[in-house]
Amino acid sequence: MTMRTPMPGDETVWGGRNAVFKNPDSELWLRRMAKKGWTAPTWPSEYGGGGLSMAEAQILSDEMARINARTPLISMGLWMMGPVLLEYGTEEQKREHLPGIVRGDIWWCQGYSEPNAGSDLAGLQTRAEDHGDHFVVNGQKVWTSHGDKADWIYALVRTNAEVKHAGITMLIFDMQTPGVSTRPIKLISGKSPFCETFFDDVRVPKSGIIGEVNGGWAVSNRLLQHERENVAADMFAAAKPVDLGILSKRYAGEKDGAIADPLLRHKLSALRMREDALQLTIKRIAEEAAAGGSAGAISSIIKFLGAELNKDRYEYFLELQGQQSLGWEGDGFTEEELETCREWLRSKGNSIEGGTTEINLNVIAKRVLGLR
Amino acid sequence: MSMVLSEEQQMLKDMAAGFFSAKSPISEFRSLRDTGNTDGFSAALWQDMVDMGWASMPIPEAFDGLGFEFRGVGIVMEEAGRSLAASPMLSSVAMGVSALLLGGSDAQKTELLPKLASGARLVALAVDESGHHDPTQTAMVATQAGDGFRLHGRKRFVLDAARADHLIVVARTEGEAGSTTGLSLFLVDAQMPGVTVHPRAMVDCRSVGDVHFDLVEVTSSALVGDLHQGMGCLDAVLDRGRAALAAEMLGSMERAFELILAYLKERKQFGQAIGGFQALQHRAAKMFSDIEVCRSVVYEAFTSLDAGREDSAALVSMAKALVNDAFHNISNEGVQMFGGMGMTDECDMGFYLKRARVAEQTLGSSKFHRDRYAALNAF
Repeated sequence: MTMRTPMPGDETVWGGRNAVFKNPDSELWLRRMAKKGWTAPTWPSEYGGGGLSMAEAQILSDEMARINARTPLISMGLWMMGPVLLEYGTEEQKREHLPGIVRGDIWWCQGYSEPNAGSDLAGLQTRAEDHGDHFVVNGQKVWTSHGDKADWIYALVRTNAEVKHAGITMLIFDMQTPGVSTRPIKLISGKSPFCETFFDDVRVPKSGIIGEVNGGWAVSNRLLQHERENVAADMFAAAKPVDLGILSKRYAGEKDGAIADPLLRHKLSALRMREDALQLTIKRIAEEAAAGGSAGAISSIIKFLGAELNKDRYEYFLELQGQQSLGWEGDGFTEEELETCREWLRSKGNSIEGGTTEINLNVIAKRVLGLR
Repeated sequence: MSMVLSEEQQMLKDMAAGFFSAKSPISEFRSLRDTGNTDGFSAALWQDMVDMGWASMPIPEAFDGLGFEFRGVGIVMEEAGRSLAASPMLSSVAMGVSALLLGGSDAQKTELLPKLASGARLVALAVDESGHHDPTQTAMVATQAGDGFRLHGRKRFVLDAARADHLIVVARTEGEAGSTTGLSLFLVDAQMPGVTVHPRAMVDCRSVGDVHFDLVEVTSSALVGDLHQGMGCLDAVLDRGRAALAAEMLGSMERAFELILAYLKERKQFGQAIGGFQALQHRAAKMFSDIEVCRSVVYEAFTSLDAGREDSAALVSMAKALVNDAFHNISNEGVQMFGGMGMTDECDMGFYLKRARVAEQTLGSSKFHRDRYAALNAF
């Protein structure tokens, strides 16, 4: 069964109302896993989750890794919206939205950044005016992942213009609501995974408030924490299939079973150690959580280490393959080489999205180390 | 669970932490240096450690030991490293004992292990012959002579050489320097005629010495492990030493970083604590990250050693290389962030810098371990 083979990038399963399954096995695999609630192993079973303890979920994850099983569903709903709903959502919201996330029926996107609110996210200006039983939302978001394909959005909006952090609310609503429009952004890689999203008098019922009105900042911080942990984990999942040792021998030559160029060999060794060490650290966080300890401080280092590592990994590819990795399209380059070039360019975003490396270091210095 | 300490391990860690902060704060290390101690460690402190049972930790109960997993040695080493407490834990307990356990004959084990467990004897491993750790470069020869062997050659930078009662010597019984085969290990009494120890005064004040073997005659019963095939046993012994040293270095850099952090909060310039400056904050955050990543790898290395896992050699090399680099950086940053104070002998940071460099070179530099890691991973 193909679900035990490494997943090609174009077979990623995002789910959603208009879900596309390039490989038919993916759909079957998703349905079977979702039926057991194992797309969200630790969520309570009453909301469609697997109802497993952290320790049991770790066993499931180990076993899936052992048989090289693919991740059935890549979803911001699973990583971010769901955990936040479980913590801050009303009973009604949980019942309405969680099962759809588990099954992959609804594709969620995130409305956080704005043209003038990036690292300083709390400076966001998208307004939500109170009209009794609903809000009217006006403004613009940017870097909305797959905004043009997503079904629902969780967005941070300003409900009080007098104060900064304490004037922000988190709202969820359907992307098909009148007044919502999206425009893809072409990146340096030539691809367009992100959109600009515009809100023009969008009516959002008050049942879409997550947590308290003006209490959105705390909710979003929780959510960003989930994002930082998952961005790193995801980068690893994507990075795995290529054996850099074999690739290096192919491009740099082989001598006595070793990469012929000793400088490249040492570089790869250092890179592989960083990679293995980070993976062990991610595993340690899971072990400490399963043992009932708190791993909050360690979690904060994962995002920036993963981002910097992935960037360095692609720079290594370029050094290894030389000009052969710098092709844009057409003949003269293998599909793999062309993909390397695009992925190298894409990797530059790793240390920008979901909190820049600089913001991450600020957070560690201030919140973990108490430097101020 | 592999990177989270069990209840029993956590108890040992707490006990060791209390022990070293009470018996061997860094002021003890300073006075050891100032009084011109040439042993490299305090005999009284070592006796206290023996009384805690730490000399006997990895020795099986059949030989009067505690039969604790090897990880126990790492836990004690990490706590000792915090205050730079010197002891023969690395030379004798981590490596000497391991050599006997992994390669020793029944007679050697019965004779020596109980004495090592009680702290009555110390045994050191003599392997390096230059300033760079690389066992395959062994040139010292052991030629068959009658029923036994004749050892001839020079070993350098042997840990605790001056205090060792016995030496486990790596010598070439076949082949040429550079070859991984043809090495054999011998257990030699340090008092034997022809064995001379020449202490070296190192920058970190630990005790190392060169040991000269001048046509030293030993019987065949001195052989530890298989003739010509000593490399496998030696590597396993060295890996226990490398892991123990990595644990010690982890403790040292944890403590050095605590000192740095406290200074960043206390030292005021331009009317504020210098820890408020982003130029220093980001570097501190990176040091914190390095330490946490190193901890994962060091702990996993011990788990793999105790489980006898196949990937333990790669994990140990990874641990030593990453700890080398992290401690190197933290010790440099420590001096820089302490500013002029960091350059003074009065400031403890200099001790960490000096220890960092010696420990980095001991049992394999990062270059050595990156090379080994690549070979173990078939690239």
